[in-house]
Amino acid sequence: MSSLATSSPLSSSLTERRLPRWMPIANLLLALLLAVAIGAGFDLSSKPQWLLIAAILYVVIQYVSSAVVEGRRHAKNYVATSLVWVAFLLALLPLVSVLWMTVSKGIGVINANFLTHSMNGIAINQEGGGIYHALIGTLEQVALASLMAAPIGILTAVYLVEYGRSNKLSKAVSFFVDVMTGVPSIVAGLFILSFWIIILNMPFTGFAGSLALAILMLPVVVRSTEEMLKLVPNELREASLALGVPKWLTITRVVLPTALGGIVTGVMLAVARIVGETAPILMLVFGADTINMDPFNNPQSSLPLFVWTEYSRGTDQSQARAWGGALVLIAVVMILNLVARGIARWKAPKGATR
Amino acid sequence: MAKRIDVSGLNAYYGNFRAVEDISMTIEPRTVTAFIGPSGCGKSTFLRTLNRMHEVIPGARVEGKVMLDDENLYGANIDPVAVRRTVGMVFQRPNPFPTMSIKENVAAGLKLNGVRNKKVIDEAVERSLRGANLWNEVKDRLDKPGAGLSGGQQQRLCIARAIAVEPRVLLMDEPCSALDPISTLAIEDLIGQLKEQFTIVIVTHNMQQAARVSDRTAFFNLAGVGQPGRLIEIDSTEKIFSNPSVQATEDYISGRFG
Repeated sequence: MSSLATSSPLSSSLTERRLPRWMPIANLLLALLLAVAIGAGFDLSSKPQWLLIAAILYVVIQYVSSAVVEGRRHAKNYVATSLVWVAFLLALLPLVSVLWMTVSKGIGVINANFLTHSMNGIAINQEGGGIYHALIGTLEQVALASLMAAPIGILTAVYLVEYGRSNKLSKAVSFFVDVMTGVPSIVAGLFILSFWIIILNMPFTGFAGSLALAILMLPVVVRSTEEMLKLVPNELREASLALGVPKWLTITRVVLPTALGGIVTGVMLAVARIVGETAPILMLVFGADTINMDPFNNPQSSLPLFVWTEYSRGTDQSQARAWGGALVLIAVVMILNLVARGIARWKAPKGATR
Repeated sequence: MAKRIDVSGLNAYYGNFRAVEDISMTIEPRTVTAFIGPSGCGKSTFLRTLNRMHEVIPGARVEGKVMLDDENLYGANIDPVAVRRTVGMVFQRPNPFPTMSIKENVAAGLKLNGVRNKKVIDEAVERSLRGANLWNEVKDRLDKPGAGLSGGQQQRLCIARAIAVEPRVLLMDEPCSALDPISTLAIEDLIGQLKEQFTIVIVTHNMQQAARVSDRTAFFNLAGVGQPGRLIEIDSTEKIFSNPSVQATEDYISGRFG
């Protein structure tokens, strides 16, 4: 027995030596001290460089001390853990800095007047004015685009998953949906411009913009709905069919409700994608400083367009308005996302976790 | 009420692959018929041809005749939706609709087929749940989600859902294979009661179960991998389990193969 245990290449001991709990913190402080010393000694001016040195030193020190006391496995674990944290912080950095930048520069101009007034008669270097006309424009254009793209997209996905199972038409549709996903927004805008405005001779309106937005939205809706429908277990379809329920009722009453949460989330993600589009709006909606409630007649504005025009005017006052508009745009997207999550949670299949 | 099934010369295909070859048998009304045989021998495929669920799978098709009393299920003017209303089915894994409550699950077949009368639906729900021996366990929580029940309760919920549309025949595809022995016993008892009203066909891998619940037993086998499954023999359960007329049946039942 004992000879077997000693001849094994693996240790049979269940206990092991661990680093004391304070050791990682001590190592961190040591790394920081060393980094400061190196930074000051070599006269490095950039503070991020100091931090970077500290981070690398910390990982090295931690690895060595852990390897000496605890063994290679724990040491590797520390390195992997540090890499995960670094990746997380790197991913967070741009998010937080964008948000911080927008909030800090935009919060100053936001007040009731900013949200309820247009830019009508406001000179570029004058304070005041507001985004009401742009907010109305964005909401109407996005709503119109969603009204067009969501039903078409959902029905396309239903065809692809429920009826067209890998026949030629559905493969072709799938392919073109993939191609559409890659269409840049300016191309969608140019298409509507040449087709709707130049050939059909329609005016610049909010509706023309929403046509281009619908083109951009459609592939996202199709793809996400398709994935959600594929997630619905086939057993549910069979259970419904075996009850003598026709196929179309099976789809509308069993399959779609089961996938509804995911479909709503997908549509909202598509909305979030188009709400910040500037290029097609610039070409098709034309922009306006006055309030135009009617998306079918005369130019409108929209939030991204407002941000762009105000920023390009170049005065302190107009740039402050641009940041305010950007902040409102982010807030609109966030509210839409929260609403979508709420609906998804409310409609999610219940009971599995009781 | 219950109907006789008369199958003759039935072949079932998945694309070009013939899964079931030349099956003929008669299933009497108000009896329980068990299908036994090794995995992949076409029991479930054959079962699904009896209510035209086989063709739901893309590329799948059926040749031959299935007479339900005097109507051929594969005849010219037959509506598969109506067939499935007459020949109900319970699946291997419990599959209650996750978006629906217990009551809505049972009522689904009626509601989706256009029954609006609330009183009729409530009565059908209670009758079906009682019929599935589930009423006493769920009567206080009919509005709770069906997916919150235990596995055995879910399977009885699915049986209640299937009998709520008042089919003439009930097909069961290994209804107990995902259940513990106590739930299995509950469902076997239920099968004994249901056969007074329905013609029941059950696929099972559990030989004792076949011996316990069925009046007649059909043994399926296949000659080898890639070969179609065939009906070896069908006879009274007693005879199949005591003195089968084909050697292969005896070998399978007693656990000897080859």
